[in-house]
Amino acid sequence: MGKLLHRVLPGVAVVLLVAGAYLGLFWAPPDREMGDVQRIMYVHVPAVWMALLALTLNFCCSVTYLFKPSWKTDAMAEASAEVGLLFGTVGVLLGSIWGRPTWGVYWTWDPRITTAAIMLVAYVGYLALRRFVEDPEKRAVWSAVVGIIAAVDVPIVWFSVRWWRSLHQVQSSPKTVDPLMVLPLRVSAFAFLALMIVFLARRYLIALAERNAEVALPEALPSDDPATRGGSGASKVVA
Amino acid sequence: MTPALRNRLVAVVALLVAGSGLAFVAFGNIGDNLVYYWSPSELLSNGEKAYSATIRLGGVVQPGSIQWNAQHTTLEFRVADGPKPEAQSVLVRSTETPPQMFREKIGVVVEGTYDRSGVFSSNRLMVNHSNEYRPPKEGEAPRQWQETLSENTTAAATGAK
Repeated sequence: MGKLLHRVLPGVAVVLLVAGAYLGLFWAPPDREMGDVQRIMYVHVPAVWMALLALTLNFCCSVTYLFKPSWKTDAMAEASAEVGLLFGTVGVLLGSIWGRPTWGVYWTWDPRITTAAIMLVAYVGYLALRRFVEDPEKRAVWSAVVGIIAAVDVPIVWFSVRWWRSLHQVQSSPKTVDPLMVLPLRVSAFAFLALMIVFLARRYLIALAERNAEVALPEALPSDDPATRGGSGASKVVA
Repeated sequence: MTPALRNRLVAVVALLVAGSGLAFVAFGNIGDNLVYYWSPSELLSNGEKAYSATIRLGGVVQPGSIQWNAQHTTLEFRVADGPKPEAQSVLVRSTETPPQMFREKIGVVVEGTYDRSGVFSSNRLMVNHSNEYRPPKEGEAPRQWQETLSENTTAAATGAK
């Protein structure tokens, strides 16, 4: 399992990324209306898909943790929020770059873009909270609650283009996309999926190691209370 | 109360809050009060409310309505509810260079003010793209068909059509 995740999957991700880039940039035809700019779709769409997927995983971990506490679930919640935020930020930036030549603007407060921005801010807040709370148990519970509340926005981002009028187009389907463009999108989506799983697995192991260390040696952690601070901790405050 | 029980209670409360929040957004008709843009018919039926405030107007560029004044670099066109010629429409005057995809029958959103003379002065012109992605037709370069179209448009604007 470890070998598959840390050796094979990164290789698969790289191969698929290269294949997706080749298919998207050279093999697929340009769009009839947008020309070559449309090729951003092959990275923008998979990036946002992966963000929504990772943040859904964060919601599942948050709920699971509260019903059945486990450091593994908490570590996966941390990993999925961070990876989801990474892909979400990349997706929004790519969308903005695509928007300038197509719509004429980098940014406008349309429902899709606004809800996506709220999503990014919410998970920045989630990760900030995780870093502010020192007690691992409190941190896990509080961030699970915030994870559940923040997850409200995830389906709203998806449905925003259907519920409200927006500048952003509604979701495409294989019917509205030429088959020659569907293939690069699929390859690229699987490349991003492999990449996301690699990131998640790595980040999960780091988070789990941190949790285990925190629980095993709570006194080794830096503390806010000056009385319990060790020599090295105190000198850090002075510096 | 044991911590495990408390956690479960917290989870149930958080899920209820999240669920009702989502339900409110989904079914609470907030879209009625909070719209990204008005359609031409909504703008026309809103009367006084439409004047002087900065608003967004969205619709379709009416075929044959694009007029480009190269001397004054102003662009005029009509934004209509739909592509049919009888659809209600509003005259838009823009001083901005339109995005490259701007053409007849394409969806646009303009930002600006509507005045009593019935002209919408736009300072931001945005073009929206549908969810359709197609390659160019046989022997055609991308966006080439659009250039032939815009020649027709100019012809139409000068009254040749």
